[in-house]
Amino acid sequence: MHKLFLIAFLLCATLLQAQETISGKVLDEQNQPLPGASVYWKDTSVSTSSGNDGTFTIPYNPQNMYLVISYIGYVTDTVHVHTPQFISRKLTPQKSSDLTEVVVDKTRKSLERSQLKTANVTTMGSKELLKAACCNIAESFETNPSIDVNFTDALTGTKQIKMLGLTSPYLLIAEENIPAIRGASQAYGLSFVPGTWVESIQITKGAGPVVNGYESISGQINYELLKPMNDIPFFLNAYGDTGSRFELNTHFNKKVSDKWSSSLFLHGNARVAKNDMNNDGFLDNPLGKQFNIMNRWQYADAEKGWVSFLNFRYMRDEKQGGQLDFDPDRDKFTTNNWGSEINTDKADVSAKLGYVFPDMPYQSIGLQTAFNWHKQESYFGFNQYNIQQKSLYSNLIFNSIISNTLNKFATGINFTYDDYNEYVYVNQLNGFNGDRYDRIDNSAGAFFEYTYDNANNFSVVLGGRFDVHNRLGAFVTPRLHMRYNPWKSATIRASAGRGKRAANIFAENQALFGSSRVFQVLPQGAGGKVYGLNPEIAWNYGVSFVQNFPVFGKNAEFVVDFYRTDFSNQVVVDLYASPQQALFYNLNGKSYANSLQVELNYEITRHFNIRTAYKYYDIKTNYVTAGAQERPLQAKNRFFANVAYETHVHEGGKQWKFDVTYNWMGKQRLPNTATNPVEDRMGNYSPSFSLFNAQVTRSFSSVFEMYAGAENIGNYRQKKAILGADDPFGAYFDSSIVYAPIFGQMYYMGLRFKVK
Amino acid sequence: MKKLVLVMLIMLAGITTQAQEKKNKNAKYDIEVKGNCDQCKKRIEKAAYSVKGVKSAAWSEENGNLHLIVDESKCSVSDVRAAVAKAGHDTDKVKADDKDYENLHSCCQYTRG
Repeated sequence: MHKLFLIAFLLCATLLQAQETISGKVLDEQNQPLPGASVYWKDTSVSTSSGNDGTFTIPYNPQNMYLVISYIGYVTDTVHVHTPQFISRKLTPQKSSDLTEVVVDKTRKSLERSQLKTANVTTMGSKELLKAACCNIAESFETNPSIDVNFTDALTGTKQIKMLGLTSPYLLIAEENIPAIRGASQAYGLSFVPGTWVESIQITKGAGPVVNGYESISGQINYELLKPMNDIPFFLNAYGDTGSRFELNTHFNKKVSDKWSSSLFLHGNARVAKNDMNNDGFLDNPLGKQFNIMNRWQYADAEKGWVSFLNFRYMRDEKQGGQLDFDPDRDKFTTNNWGSEINTDKADVSAKLGYVFPDMPYQSIGLQTAFNWHKQESYFGFNQYNIQQKSLYSNLIFNSIISNTLNKFATGINFTYDDYNEYVYVNQLNGFNGDRYDRIDNSAGAFFEYTYDNANNFSVVLGGRFDVHNRLGAFVTPRLHMRYNPWKSATIRASAGRGKRAANIFAENQALFGSSRVFQVLPQGAGGKVYGLNPEIAWNYGVSFVQNFPVFGKNAEFVVDFYRTDFSNQVVVDLYASPQQALFYNLNGKSYANSLQVELNYEITRHFNIRTAYKYYDIKTNYVTAGAQERPLQAKNRFFANVAYETHVHEGGKQWKFDVTYNWMGKQRLPNTATNPVEDRMGNYSPSFSLFNAQVTRSFSSVFEMYAGAENIGNYRQKKAILGADDPFGAYFDSSIVYAPIFGQMYYMGLRFKVK
Repeated sequence: MKKLVLVMLIMLAGITTQAQEKKNKNAKYDIEVKGNCDQCKKRIEKAAYSVKGVKSAAWSEENGNLHLIVDESKCSVSDVRAAVAKAGHDTDKVKADDKDYENLHSCCQYTRG
């Protein structure tokens, strides 16, 4: 028996990882180390530079094939990397005749679309993440056309993201490839990830890879955190705005030995003053504070092929919203004043272990494990909602090749366990109900993903997985991605895939608690296993086309993509029946989401970029009470533009950066309010409106910079944010119908200090 | 249970002893191949991959090295040299036929010699 354990242990140890790194050395023509050379993956924002001894380490992902090494005065070198092996490169000096016309180092765009990746992936680099006013990743998508940032309600100020017109529950949001924002954290989870901790974000439109699970329907967002190996010793960011929100981020990093590095991230934020710019007697944004701490450890032994990460995190978040005079100690659960508090505690431990076979650098094995505890206690007037979730996730991946590196595959098994405890108390006009919903979900599955790349103009990823879930049953999830470069600088992509998920109706629709609505779940027969409802199943298909072309010698990019999501089953949230009701039931009839996006991006000069996008959404669901209707709170037409300008970097790192974002949102269908008294109606459609944001950054040196900006410069505000605001305990109260900002113009300032 | 242990031991043994076989399944080689552009790179790598047993092939334009991992029980490096030369690219030991060289796209006609 002992032997068995030993063997099992040995086998585990051989397991490999998904977050590999690749290292190398840059030399000059005399074989001397070349420090400060820039090293990055072509078409991505993943970059590093060589150290004093000319060596570098950069994260490796098998999808990246070309490593670019450049240095002023030397010929830029591109290395085709099939396998994460040590790379030694000698750069050759440019001939003096070239030097006069040489463009020094081409700065990488902060938002990049790869010509080589099979899936439709956009990578947002750390530079792009700095463009947002603040401070958590939900807000960082505001300069990205693929993702729409919406407001969820008039109480919590939470921003919700949508892709292809579908809300975040239909996205798989992963932290370093471990599913992270799910279940209990669905509503506020993104605001629990401070933006400064994030190194880059990869956005996959359409069906995602099978490796991370079966839940993704409209796409996948993966964010990579800063890696202790490459991090700088100290970073400080402070932020304050006219909405009286303050944030402080501090990072410490230490190389403990040549194999171990550690980072400590501390984040605190608070909103300290009450604001009511629209004079409805309610706070525009909640008072709140958050404390967030994470400790990461990274182990890397490049020679032996071992890599490991260990993360420990704890977070506490408190929010208080409602009427201006609401005092929780005095007014909670009384009719003195209407108020709400949401308190969340969260603790995570995760570990990754990876091994690359030293004589077969294309073969690796990896193990990811995460434990997550999430507890939210909240009330909204007399409504109460508490949820606790304990999750365990484990994924074992084996990567290798079939005969050569043009044919790669990944296979493995994963296991998920979720223990939910929910308490829902919704005050009804005649009586009330308090319900406890406890459930345990577990699933085990196996996947196989095959990638063929002809190293030229064609690649295909074919994946499938089989899962057994105690509530969803046994099912197969197929996914397909293809890429073809028909001619120069053009890429055609296609994808198709199926997703299946259990809807956490209360956690995902928390905004509805801030209303007098009665919740009703209408089970379909006796078969429903999650709140009496059946799981959601959808197919997603998409095509996209990208063409790069020169205009007056500068690079322009044209992108068009079309995606369709077809629900074969769905949990419909019906707000059309009555303004005093929220109905939840399984789909009866058709439900689909079509999304068309056309983008035109132009690099006027190397330091001056324009991005524009037009988006059209056709999203319809068959409602039992109202027939086929548009999904509420979704604009059919949207327009986006972003202009970024930066000066040359002057001596000592001095630089100016300017960034302006414009968003136009067409009219949005609103939930039914027609039966309310006249003053508490909103009409069928919202007006269309525009939003302007701008930011200026001044780098005084490579260690210190300051930034200032304004959001919603046009001061557009939703006219009536809260229905029944003067009688919050009456039948017409509703804070969940929000289509535009509640808070008007907002100015902010911040600073960043780095010790390198 | 015993069977399982046995199977695992055999598997492990298989992995550890494999290195001692006469034929190296993951032999690494660097061979010099002439070429001058991105198109050459694609052609050279394609030619190398066409040899059964070549697991990984990466050519560098900068230093002209073709980095190979080959399964020596299925092919030898000289097979790769022959295949690359057949595609029109001179290698350190096998030169391309003039005819194959002439067939290259004009931009790919690297300096010979």
